[in-house]
Amino acid sequence: MKAICTILKKELKSYFSSPIAYIVLVVFLVLSGIFFFLYLQSFVGSQFDPRFQFFKERLNLNEFVIRPYLGTMSVVLLIMIPLITMRLLAEERKNSTAELLFTSPLRVLHIVLGKFLASLTLFLVMLILSTVYVIVLMAYGNPDLGPIFSGYLGLFLLGASFLAVGLFASSLTENQIVAAVVSFGILLVFWVIGASSDADSSIMGYLSIIDHFDNFTKGVIELKDVVYYISFIFLGIFLTHLILDSERWR
Amino acid sequence: MISVQNLTKRYGDLVAIDNVSFQVQRGEVLGFLGPNGAGKTTTMRIITAYMPPTEGTVHVAGFDVVENPIEAKRQIGYLPENPPLYNDMTVDGYLDFVADIKQVPGKNKKNRIGLAMEKCGITDVRKRLIGNLSKGYRQRIGIAQAIVHDPAIIVLDEPTLGLDPKQIIEIRELIKNLSGERTVILSTHVLPEVTMTCTRVAIINEGRIVLEESLDKLSEKVETAQNLFLKIGYKESGVKEKILSFEAVSNVSETSSGEFIIQSREGKDIREDLAKMVVGNGWGLLELRPLTQTLEEIFLRVISTEGG
Ligand SMILES: Nc1ncnc2c1ncn2[C@@H]1O[C@H](COP(=O)(O)OP(=O)(O)O)[C@@H](O)[C@H]1O
Ligand SMILES: [Mg+2]
Repeated sequence: MKAICTILKKELKSYFSSPIAYIVLVVFLVLSGIFFFLYLQSFVGSQFDPRFQFFKERLNLNEFVIRPYLGTMSVVLLIMIPLITMRLLAEERKNSTAELLFTSPLRVLHIVLGKFLASLTLFLVMLILSTVYVIVLMAYGNPDLGPIFSGYLGLFLLGASFLAVGLFASSLTENQIVAAVVSFGILLVFWVIGASSDADSSIMGYLSIIDHFDNFTKGVIELKDVVYYISFIFLGIFLTHLILDSERWR
Repeated sequence: MISVQNLTKRYGDLVAIDNVSFQVQRGEVLGFLGPNGAGKTTTMRIITAYMPPTEGTVHVAGFDVVENPIEAKRQIGYLPENPPLYNDMTVDGYLDFVADIKQVPGKNKKNRIGLAMEKCGITDVRKRLIGNLSKGYRQRIGIAQAIVHDPAIIVLDEPTLGLDPKQIIEIRELIKNLSGERTVILSTHVLPEVTMTCTRVAIINEGRIVLEESLDKLSEKVETAQNLFLKIGYKESGVKEKILSFEAVSNVSETSSGEFIIQSREGKDIREDLAKMVVGNGWGLLELRPLTQTLEEIFLRVISTEGG
């Protein structure tokens, strides 16, 4: 436990002593802010649009602002998370600090977990800061809090799965750019895998990383979705451990 | 303290080290000498449990590095070929992190870090960012990192590589001060490093140990083989034969015109007689000096005969 904390602390310091964490935070907040207010604006506009007169009761903040906002956020994460994870292991190998880590009496699993938790912490900070927009919304309207909560839980699980993939990609190379591109590639495959199949119940549909997110945005927390993301995260960490433990990596 | 037995490492088809065995006793400083690509780094990475061997075993302080890596790693301080530094950390912060991962107990930590910095002469840069420091300082921080947990064994991979002459002397001095209680292995491809800092040498070439000896024994060998170098001004014929007529001379060879290398039988000093002869014959004595076989020559001979 102490070992995990040591690595976690070191990674967090490293994130916040370099510009990358701040750039990622600012870009994420600006992007999420822009989309949020765009959706809000079109929602406000449509309220006065005569074409929407007949189903005005269906016009609510959740359906027209929160849901598309969450959907857009998932895309933004797809692009931003590889940037958070790319340096985690690639940089250690490049600077031969890997030799320090792996000749110290730490377990490889503790190193991997420390690194994963560090990126998860940064991601949590991103998510928490982005809730300011929701709070602004609550000041002006009264959206249903259930779907907002479940949506954010979904974003958290989705992002954590992205992080696990990114960590894995970072273990494959000593080049950060390669790590980012590889993780983006893997994520994209898992993203579009569902689109190719027509039936929701097919295996492809089950594997798709974004199909499981849909329920969360509707305010539905289903066990199968949660299980999917948790197993995804475990698999990513397991594979990373496998790579780091393998002879070829050294 | 360190026992390496029949170590072999293959990278695919490439045999990096082949059946390497040697021992290092407590308090010894072993110089692991060999040209680039000989397999020094590979051997050190196996000793430090960074990577497993293909065949063979390594024991450090009694722990097998494959069976019991965590315990083995606790005994070792390791400086890789490139010092493993985080450029975005301060020297203080870095050593604090290293002390944590090397599991130095909290109450000793400050003390240990202070001692390591003092030993390596980096106390005055403790607040500086590592990324902004010179190569000499970076190497010292690398060594401080290796000794911060007070290990019984220190493994240094080419500790003076890429430093300027002044820095090299300083680092060698530092390594000498580290030894004593500790067992040290240091690898290098420059011979003087071994004669200056080590008590024992193992020469490795193309993955094989070609010579392993204590430095005292080696220098004894070096001194007993006495050759003389003679240079004369007048090039007469028959000089070689006349020198050979000395009882004590076993061999004479003319390396270029007027220059001779004279091998005397063991323990006989013929310099005086030889000088008299040259002067008496009016050959024009230009130079006469003992030609001790240097370690350098032994090194070159050992790696070229075995290597070819
Ligand atoms: N990770 C690796 N993969 C493949 N070959 C390697 C690897 N590391 C070293 N080698 C090869 O093994 C041989 C020994 O290398 P090394 O142990 O680094 O030698 P030295 O440290 O004495 O210069 C070299 O031929 C080198 O190219
Ligand atoms: Mg080397």
